[in-house]
Amino acid sequence: MDPLSWTGKIAFLDPFLFLALGLLAASVAVWVLLSIVLPEDRAINVTAGGASLSSGPRDLATLAVKAALMATTALLLSYLVLGLIMGTGAGIVGAIAQQFLPVWIALVLLFTLSIRYKRRLGLYGKLFDSPIGMIGFGLVMFWVFTGIFGAFDLIITHDPLAQVSGLKNKVPGTALRNPQEGDFQWYLLGGDNLARDVFSRMVKGAWEVVKIAPLATLFAFMVGITLGLPAGYFGGKLDTFLSFLANLILAFPVILLFYLLVTPEIVQTGLPQYMAIVLFAFPLIFFYVLINARYRTQPAKNYLWLAAVLLPMLILYLMVVNEPGSKVNLLPAVLDRIDIPGGILVVFVSVVFVNSPTVFRIVRGLAMDIKTRDYVAAAQTRGERPWYIMLWEVLPNARGPLIVDFCLRIGYTTILLGTLGFFGLGLPPESPDWGSTINEGRKLLAIYLHPALPPAFALLSMVLGLNLLADGLREESLKD
Amino acid sequence: MGLFILRRSGVMILTALCLTFIVFSLTNLYPNLEKLAKTQGNFRMTDEAVASWLDKNGYSQPMAVKYGQWLGVLPGWTYDSDDGVTGRCIVGVVTETEAGEFPRFCGILQGDWGHSTVLQKDVSDVVWERLGNTLRLMGWVLLLMVPSALIIGVLAGMREGSVTDRSLSTVSILTTATPEYVSGVVFIAIFTSSTVGLKWFKGSATAATENPTFENFFLPVLTIALYGMGYIARMTRASMTEVMTAQYIRTARLKGVSFPKIVLKHALRNALIAPFTVIMLQFPWLLNGVVIVETLFNYKGFGWILVQAAGNNDIELLLAISVVSVFVVLVTQLISDIGYVFLNPRIRIS
Amino acid sequence: MNKLSDYDGPVLEIDKLSISFFTRLREIPAVMDFSVSVQPGEAVGLVGESGCGKSTVALGVMQDLGKNGRIVGGSIKFKGRDLAEMSREELRDIRGNEIAMIYQEPMASLNPAMKIGRQLMEVPMIHEGVSEKEAHARALEVVTDVRLPDPERMLNSYPHQLSGGQQQRIVIAMALMSKPSLLILDEPTTALDVTVEAAVVELVRDLGKKYGTSMLFISHNLGLILETCDRLCVMYSGEAVERGSIADVFDEMQHPYTQALFRSIPLPGADKNAHPLVAIPGNFPLPHERPPGCNFGPRCDYFEAGRCDQGQIQMADVAGNDRHATRCLRYQEIDWNAPIVVGDQTEKTKPGEVVLKIDNLKKYYEVAANALFGGGVKKVVKANETLSFEARESETLAIVGESGCGKSTFAKVLMGLETATEGEILLDGKNIEQTAIEARNTQTVSDVQMVFQNPFDTLNPSMTVGRQIIRALEIFDIGDTDQDRKQRMLELLDLVKLPRAFAERMPRQLSGGQKQRVGIARAFSGGARIVVADEPVSALDVSVQAAVTDLLMEIQRTEKTTLLFISHDLSIVRYLSDRVMVMYLGHVVELGDTDQVFSPPYHPYTEALLSAVPIADTSIEKEHIVLEGDIPSAMDPPSGCPFQTRCRWKGEVAGGLCDQEVPPTRTLEAGHQIKCHLSDEVLERMQPVIKLAAE
Repeated sequence: MDPLSWTGKIAFLDPFLFLALGLLAASVAVWVLLSIVLPEDRAINVTAGGASLSSGPRDLATLAVKAALMATTALLLSYLVLGLIMGTGAGIVGAIAQQFLPVWIALVLLFTLSIRYKRRLGLYGKLFDSPIGMIGFGLVMFWVFTGIFGAFDLIITHDPLAQVSGLKNKVPGTALRNPQEGDFQWYLLGGDNLARDVFSRMVKGAWEVVKIAPLATLFAFMVGITLGLPAGYFGGKLDTFLSFLANLILAFPVILLFYLLVTPEIVQTGLPQYMAIVLFAFPLIFFYVLINARYRTQPAKNYLWLAAVLLPMLILYLMVVNEPGSKVNLLPAVLDRIDIPGGILVVFVSVVFVNSPTVFRIVRGLAMDIKTRDYVAAAQTRGERPWYIMLWEVLPNARGPLIVDFCLRIGYTTILLGTLGFFGLGLPPESPDWGSTINEGRKLLAIYLHPALPPAFALLSMVLGLNLLADGLREESLKD
Repeated sequence: MGLFILRRSGVMILTALCLTFIVFSLTNLYPNLEKLAKTQGNFRMTDEAVASWLDKNGYSQPMAVKYGQWLGVLPGWTYDSDDGVTGRCIVGVVTETEAGEFPRFCGILQGDWGHSTVLQKDVSDVVWERLGNTLRLMGWVLLLMVPSALIIGVLAGMREGSVTDRSLSTVSILTTATPEYVSGVVFIAIFTSSTVGLKWFKGSATAATENPTFENFFLPVLTIALYGMGYIARMTRASMTEVMTAQYIRTARLKGVSFPKIVLKHALRNALIAPFTVIMLQFPWLLNGVVIVETLFNYKGFGWILVQAAGNNDIELLLAISVVSVFVVLVTQLISDIGYVFLNPRIRIS
Repeated sequence: MNKLSDYDGPVLEIDKLSISFFTRLREIPAVMDFSVSVQPGEAVGLVGESGCGKSTVALGVMQDLGKNGRIVGGSIKFKGRDLAEMSREELRDIRGNEIAMIYQEPMASLNPAMKIGRQLMEVPMIHEGVSEKEAHARALEVVTDVRLPDPERMLNSYPHQLSGGQQQRIVIAMALMSKPSLLILDEPTTALDVTVEAAVVELVRDLGKKYGTSMLFISHNLGLILETCDRLCVMYSGEAVERGSIADVFDEMQHPYTQALFRSIPLPGADKNAHPLVAIPGNFPLPHERPPGCNFGPRCDYFEAGRCDQGQIQMADVAGNDRHATRCLRYQEIDWNAPIVVGDQTEKTKPGEVVLKIDNLKKYYEVAANALFGGGVKKVVKANETLSFEARESETLAIVGESGCGKSTFAKVLMGLETATEGEILLDGKNIEQTAIEARNTQTVSDVQMVFQNPFDTLNPSMTVGRQIIRALEIFDIGDTDQDRKQRMLELLDLVKLPRAFAERMPRQLSGGQKQRVGIARAFSGGARIVVADEPVSALDVSVQAAVTDLLMEIQRTEKTTLLFISHDLSIVRYLSDRVMVMYLGHVVELGDTDQVFSPPYHPYTEALLSAVPIADTSIEKEHIVLEGDIPSAMDPPSGCPFQTRCRWKGEVAGGLCDQEVPPTRTLEAGHQIKCHLSDEVLERMQPVIKLAAE
């Protein structure tokens, strides 16, 4: 087979794309320049019939930017659509577009449904009023779907761990030398220094992030909330103590902490498991208090809810914490259905550990602010217990900033995971996660660019998406 | 004010003690010691041999005692064997009478930081030399990052929603989403790679420890600065937009103060109070970036030896590095507290 | 420099002004067809409820409407020149120099990181280019003019070192720095205490005369307008509805809204039983839901379908009066002198048994002298000092005082959020002063409940109205099943006259008055016998206040509740309370029947308080008593009598007793207590503060 070129038969579009991009860059530059050079319009102008379209140089520049942007978007879309239809006929771009087909379908479905019903979906629905938020959400969901479908081996073209002879460090589009029946015939984004497919590794890397980052952030939030609420609400000695602890962890340079925590020797001592026992207990505590505070006055309902929620969680908790052959081995082997490799567990625990103090500080600040409100006083004067006030009166009203921070924090966790991979900490060496791939790729970066750049841009776009999503959410939640 | 600094310093020392103890315990866990014994002795040591090696080298004492000795508040251990006396503060094997001549305490308080097993040098020499390299890097980073971040933040925040705001905000979001190991890789690919051809800079900063030039030093500085810059700029912008909508800015505007003067005289000081704390609290993250960038560009500084020490189980060196970095972080926090009070007259005069 | 010399027309002439705000969805008209003119040296009041567009007019004059605001019609002429046609530079020259503005929140309108001197000196330095030295001298002069003590030190301080009243004086000084021709005051005293407000109002009036400045005075308080202005303009929902001189509008009003407004505020003579207030029905329309025709139509008693709801209604001049105009089609047909259709008159309810007895209650706090820098010095704040009183069933006891008087602390101790330092609180003869709320039984907790001040804060924003009431029922052990409680919740909504559909609403979908009703329903959900109402209507608009007050009174009458009504507003206290307790810096300075407290002999503080309250009635004559200085801090109270630093009667007490000893509580007649050193003869000499002017 011939090697694939970048755009194949749709190469005729390339000059147009370059032109559009050039125009876009130029118009943006002019736009920014004009805004600095020309004075701002007077805020008040008397015009008959409200806002009108004036045609000053500023407006012209804005128009130009919009036009260039539209042209670029249209061209990119046509690459995508043509690629989808023509597949490898449209070169590497086309082939990749086709490989991502399940992701496109999922995204289109998600967006149509969400925009259709956005008025009924609360804050999530309002997100679709903000272009920034939509772009961010789109980027995030692209990688989420990629991760999920990738986990089912849908998008990848080759086994991310398999080495194919003769493809070591080969450039994108190189054809396999002697492909088997049914094999995909090219390395779309080339091969790395162990002759593995860069494209498939990048896709698989998304799953590594998607399976750890949101969950770890969620646990960090559980810990931060469960400790931050009482610290902010009660204040006093408890607050001093907890804040001291939080500051202690925050004063630790993260990288040092990782180097100390995420080593095989530490895993041997069982320390990560002890930490897991403590950290994973927080969701249990959280839900126990949450339910108990709500149904305190109705014992029958209380026990029902507690049993329904806590029992499954408790079993899950024991299964996760338990590890045969290690120091924490309480359950008989039959019951221990979930097995988390020590490496992953220690990464997970460390990430939760370094994230929780920041969440703690945010929640504490919010609780201190909200506890001065009259509805909290009203709850106090009708004799509500502190935990009810914290969880049902304070927490729901702190949700806006917390949701925004949640998005930002997933992004931050993604970066942290990348850092861990970059230093080869915790995850197995052949793991396809983006940090490890970047680390491997950088060693030969002076000669071969293609192994390091795809995972780098993947990570960049995902974190960027999360940041934009958080910005969009912040903007929309402030509008209410 | 004096009392305030005193109290904060007290808290700082307490924090430092707690943190060093944690680091000490983590590095002195049994599997680490076992590995140390095997690297120092030989890899096929039996368990008994390991135990006796640890015994001889004072590692089998209780953790708290070891910590006290390392700190220099407890007398160093001695070990009598048939060959003579060895001990923490004793160089080589000596007789009992000679042993009396060595000091009894030799911890970090006495300036004895121990010996690095990887570099085969005294830890204090290594740390000070490498710290110098890193401080130079950090200095340039701060010089580049802080002013540009503040300028971007203030320019973006002074007119919320304007073109300048939107373009600068996009830039700062982009930089916060790009960790050092991504931007570093991209920069190396674009500016140094032989395949693309833009050979503007050097991909390695090893030479910069001796002879820093723009060519070999700019990329590492830029890489660290860029990631922190976006964050500080966004904080500054947020603070600036908040200040610009405050009542007293309207008062100033309706007093007839011109826009540049409003920004410089009325808004700036109020807007900088919040980011100041942020900049100072950035230090733990900055250290993170330093380690990544020093590894990426092979710049032999503080972060580089951290990786070496941790990778090779060099306990004494790792401890020293932790102490120094924790100390740097805590001192910046102290400065941030004091600076906050100083900048904010509401707290200063009350 | 006399800037007025070259022009002798009206200083400000607003003609058919319309201002809109543009959102992404639609254009929201904030001000429509608004005209007013201010002559040199004249003070014009702009009165209306929140959201009527009065502040927008002020910002329109300043040409500072922000990004979304636009003037969409009409003109604003300042000394004959159209402000909208001026360049930025010309505008900047005028702002602060010829037109100055004073705002509602003095603390927020001063730059916290800049010394006050600098902020003042800036004004002449920008506009007249004077030297720093001269500017300093000018600043010193003006600060002396606004009667601030120790001007040098003031100039050298930061805003946070001053009290609220002092800050507002600084803001006034800043506005007067360049002797402007027009001063715009946007609710300048709303954030201040009553006695401080009175002093600031007097200052503004005097300085206005001294500097010959014209004023545009924006307020929601008709009484304040009466005291400060020559003419006024009443606004409703973005439009001016009536315009004229004070005498014309107050005594010969020609618009139904003005009339309704006057009938809904508690003037002297109103009484909850014999002359109840007449509330304006319905709600203020939202800007994008205004009715066709007359905006006030749906709430108007004189509404005529087919006429009042058609087309644009123009201002019409009232014949015979000076520049008196009204926006009412039917003003000539309405009999403005027809007697008020009085609402249901009710019998005065007889107070029953004593339910609550407070004896010698004390509450002290220990606080660190300096919060940030710590230090060992602890200070004791005496928030409540020897409180003793009784409250009976179905009685309304008003607790009156300004900030820092200890009324909120007392409420906290009574509710069990704090425990008393000394003394007793007896509820039905049982001591509860040391029982924190957690330790109280459900019965006690549900017996003593509270209604809060701020309607926007009283309900949890993320829970439906119904859910919040049901939660209270759950806590108070009311009802056996969820169904029972739901039923009871709906009944409670009926009780506070809210539609049952509101159960499913979120608090943000409710107006301020409706939220306050929900708050009341929640307080009464456990069959409360004592309700502490902490300024329940002070944050509401005038027209809504009456309705909520009446509701509270009605529920009290049927439930036989003891109402402890905390307020700083003496007008409403006189209207609804049976007995009044006046507090100052933790001490009860006067306690007695409403009549006893509101007529001489007074405690000197009560006297000043009565004089300070603005009354919107031209037939009332008030003695002007202006208190010097501010309320002392509770952290650092004066020696001897708490009020001695500001008391005008202090000279009548021999031997400086006021400086040395806290006066004993004396009983004058039938339960009228007073805490003062003044002798009986001096007390006898006191004249009533409020008199009806002889016709």
